[in-house]
Amino acid sequence: MIVDKDVVLNIAELAQLKIEDHEIDHYVDSLSRILQLVEEMQSVDTQDVEPVSNPLDGIQRLREDQVTEEDQRELFLANAPESEQGLFLVPRVVE
Amino acid sequence: MSRADWEVVIGLEIHTQLKTKSKIFSGSSTAFGAEPNVQASAIDLGLPGVLPVVNKEVYKKAITFGLAVGANINRRSVFDRKNYFYPDSPKGYQITQLDLPIVENGQVTVELPSGGTKTINLTRAHLEEDAGKSLHENFHNQTGIDLNRAGTPLLEIVSEPEMFSSEEAVAYARYIHQLVTYLGVSDGEMSQGSLRCDANVSVRPVGTIELGTRTETKNVNSFKFLEQAIEYEIERQIQVLESGQTVRQETRLYDSVKGETRPMRSKETATDYRYFPEPDLLPVEIDDAYIEAIRLEMPELTGAKSDRFVEQYQLSQPDALSLAANIPLADYFEEVVRSGGDAKLANNWVRVELLAQLNKDNVSIENSPVTADQLGTIITKIADNSISGKIAKTVFEALWRGETKSAADYIEEQGLTQVSDSSSLEPLIDRIISENPKQTEQFRAGKTKLMGFFVGQVMKETQGKANPQQVNEILNEKLK
Repeated sequence: MIVDKDVVLNIAELAQLKIEDHEIDHYVDSLSRILQLVEEMQSVDTQDVEPVSNPLDGIQRLREDQVTEEDQRELFLANAPESEQGLFLVPRVVE
Repeated sequence: MSRADWEVVIGLEIHTQLKTKSKIFSGSSTAFGAEPNVQASAIDLGLPGVLPVVNKEVYKKAITFGLAVGANINRRSVFDRKNYFYPDSPKGYQITQLDLPIVENGQVTVELPSGGTKTINLTRAHLEEDAGKSLHENFHNQTGIDLNRAGTPLLEIVSEPEMFSSEEAVAYARYIHQLVTYLGVSDGEMSQGSLRCDANVSVRPVGTIELGTRTETKNVNSFKFLEQAIEYEIERQIQVLESGQTVRQETRLYDSVKGETRPMRSKETATDYRYFPEPDLLPVEIDDAYIEAIRLEMPELTGAKSDRFVEQYQLSQPDALSLAANIPLADYFEEVVRSGGDAKLANNWVRVELLAQLNKDNVSIENSPVTADQLGTIITKIADNSISGKIAKTVFEALWRGETKSAADYIEEQGLTQVSDSSSLEPLIDRIISENPKQTEQFRAGKTKLMGFFVGQVMKETQGKANPQQVNEILNEKLK
């Protein structure tokens, strides 16, 4: 995969990041180098190696199905820029 | 070209909310209908520093479903992050399962309304978290967000693209709905969003093997809308293709008011989800003993139920299967037998009379105006010769229309009890014979077809209440 200006802008948009025009070349260069490193890593023979989904060598513990959380709505709503009738308000999204 | 020149291919993704007390990754309540955001904890809100912890019951429900459809239960399953921005998903990603879901493969066989059965293979069923709700009205041109639903456990059941009509797709969706409700995996409350379908629809010229370009119509929350959305898509895609254009692969929404599907805004659909393994959760490992323990707790499944019906009630294999494949109908049937005794009569009445009425009035078995107990009483009365089959239908119809609550009372009040008393039938039959000398003479001369005429006369005089078998016997005796 080649990282060019369009790829950088697309990634930034997906991640909701604002990138200034003068920063684009820098990201093209550094992301390309990361991909080069990954390509290098891919040349290692991993045929007998189990895929790792988590670096911690353990298994997930499961919790009992119990309601343990209390209503803290007022506390959480106080963090929001705007709220009304118990709802968080955000810029209008319509489908 | 016409519709007959095109073949339709449908696959469904069914999201079913799991019946748990708490959410999949937090101890918040999942109860429906609470005030906005009172069931949204720091974990559900995705506040910095919180960690998800997996609910054990969620795994149990998913495994129960997997066992019921004969699927593989993955001993090791892994959660992944699906990244996208939308205000009802406050973390900026959904935790789901991509490469190693809990359930893979499996199949179901469903009954089709037009007759016959259809077997549909499942690709997978994976666990994930539901999103919150966006409310668009009355907030000064802003959107209100309620995160009570965020983190509600979902099992997404994915079928192979193996259904070839909206009828098959709806029959399959109904079956899955019945199954998850019966198993206690979900509460099945469609009106509360407990089951939502995404329909993948494509068309191809009859005879081609390659699949056409598909569209995905999202979040259809009733069987009626599912049928309408699929039918709309089929017609739309055929029109597009027949006019020489190509179908765009896209996500669409069904507008139940306008009865049409339309594309979602491309900005939301052109997303690259950038999946990666969820770093906040370790792989989940399930051992054989746990799976077997769940298997032992499971209710009886279709195949076993059908075999039992053949054995216990002496039903034919097809009758037994058609009852067993419809869980509420099978339950109803068994209740009728418990109340009415005669399984053969119960089978006939449930599968023929009752189903015909349900279909005619478009009522589900759960809402049948005639209860299993009432039908059981009718059957008891037929079996002990108190009423004829014909009168039984009158009683059934009266119950159906709500004219009475009790079959026994109705029979009593309307004087519908069958006359099996030979002392009252004999004088009547003597009179009918003497009033019809011509027919009597012809009968005695060998025109035995006239028996029907005499039986008819007796039935007319008794308003259908005479026991037909007995009438035949007495007539045979007297006309000799």
